[in-house]
Amino acid sequence: MKIQKAAQAGTVESSDIIVKIEPADAGVEVVLTSSVMQQYGKQIEKVIRETLSELGVDAARVEAIDKGALDCTVKARTQAAAYRAAESTDYEWRTKA
Amino acid sequence: MKLRRSMMFVPGNNPGMIKDAGIYGADCIMFDLEDSVAYTEKDTARFLVYNALTTLDYGDTELVVRINDLSTGLGIKDLEAIVRAQPDVIRLPKTETAQDVIDCEREIERIEREAGIPVGKTGMMAAIESAEGVLNAQAIAKSSKRLIGIALGAEDYVTDLKTTRSDGTELFFARGMILNAARAAGIDALDTVFSDINNEEGFIAEATVIKKMGFSGKSIINPRQIEPLHKVFMPSEKDLKKAQAIMDAIAEANARGSGVASLKGKMIDKPVVLRAQYLLELARMANRESWEA
Repeated sequence: MKIQKAAQAGTVESSDIIVKIEPADAGVEVVLTSSVMQQYGKQIEKVIRETLSELGVDAARVEAIDKGALDCTVKARTQAAAYRAAESTDYEWRTKA
Repeated sequence: MKLRRSMMFVPGNNPGMIKDAGIYGADCIMFDLEDSVAYTEKDTARFLVYNALTTLDYGDTELVVRINDLSTGLGIKDLEAIVRAQPDVIRLPKTETAQDVIDCEREIERIEREAGIPVGKTGMMAAIESAEGVLNAQAIAKSSKRLIGIALGAEDYVTDLKTTRSDGTELFFARGMILNAARAAGIDALDTVFSDINNEEGFIAEATVIKKMGFSGKSIINPRQIEPLHKVFMPSEKDLKKAQAIMDAIAEANARGSGVASLKGKMIDKPVVLRAQYLLELARMANRESWEA
């Protein structure tokens, strides 16, 4: 999936996260601000990177502002932002195991 | 029998409410992708609800997702995601005819096949929100084996009738139709929301009316409404003791080999037994068996 433009998903409400994704030449750069940075910063960044990797995004600049989101929320916001930034609606929904 | 006293709406684009929805004790949680989600956020809400359903553990709580109307083009996108996330029930909004349910069921079945989900696993419920829908309630209620219930959506309905919500007078016909249609089809009937969360007295009065009518439960918009609603649906100790006495008399008659049971000189008819069984089951499921002692 190729990032075509800047796009974002999420809010600054408690338990949410804003994920902004922009095009980049190469590599994935993640800049994270979190209200729980010390405890969960690494985990949040890991979820963002894994989610982008699953979508085949290998070049993007990501800026995220976290307000205590669960992993599933981080994943959902990253997916939504990536599809918006790729200008794609070709969603691939997997069946729950 | 499944308890559906409380069906709590959770806006599909609110991570905080999605996270906490399981802790309040509602019988059913209904994640909403329809009216509570802005048009520009339909995609993000879909991702959020999908990921919540495939990740979070809500225990035994029945999970329902209200999708968008299929005619908007959004409903089919919702189904592609949500059927694969396997909630217990998909709630169809603004159901006007049996064909609406049949059309939705066809898409659910196609997705179940594509996704390797056993065909028929996904339950459905239909919300009726117009004069046309109310008049077609019987056909809607019998339109699919997947239907676990039908529900009244009053805000759109009263607008269609050219009236407003007031003391419930405006809903007598719709409630009667929907309840009878549901019971004739052997499924549940769910009442509409009571939007003024600060008016607990009004809420209890409305819940008491719909419980007396025979509704299975009510859609709610706030966790604060769960406890008073469940109290309304809890049989009284007096009624439970009477129900137990009836069942004891039946057991005694059976032990004697008699086909006729009586209690305090009155013969016990079959409907009396059925009501007693229902009350005892309701109480058992609501975890209140202390009256036995």
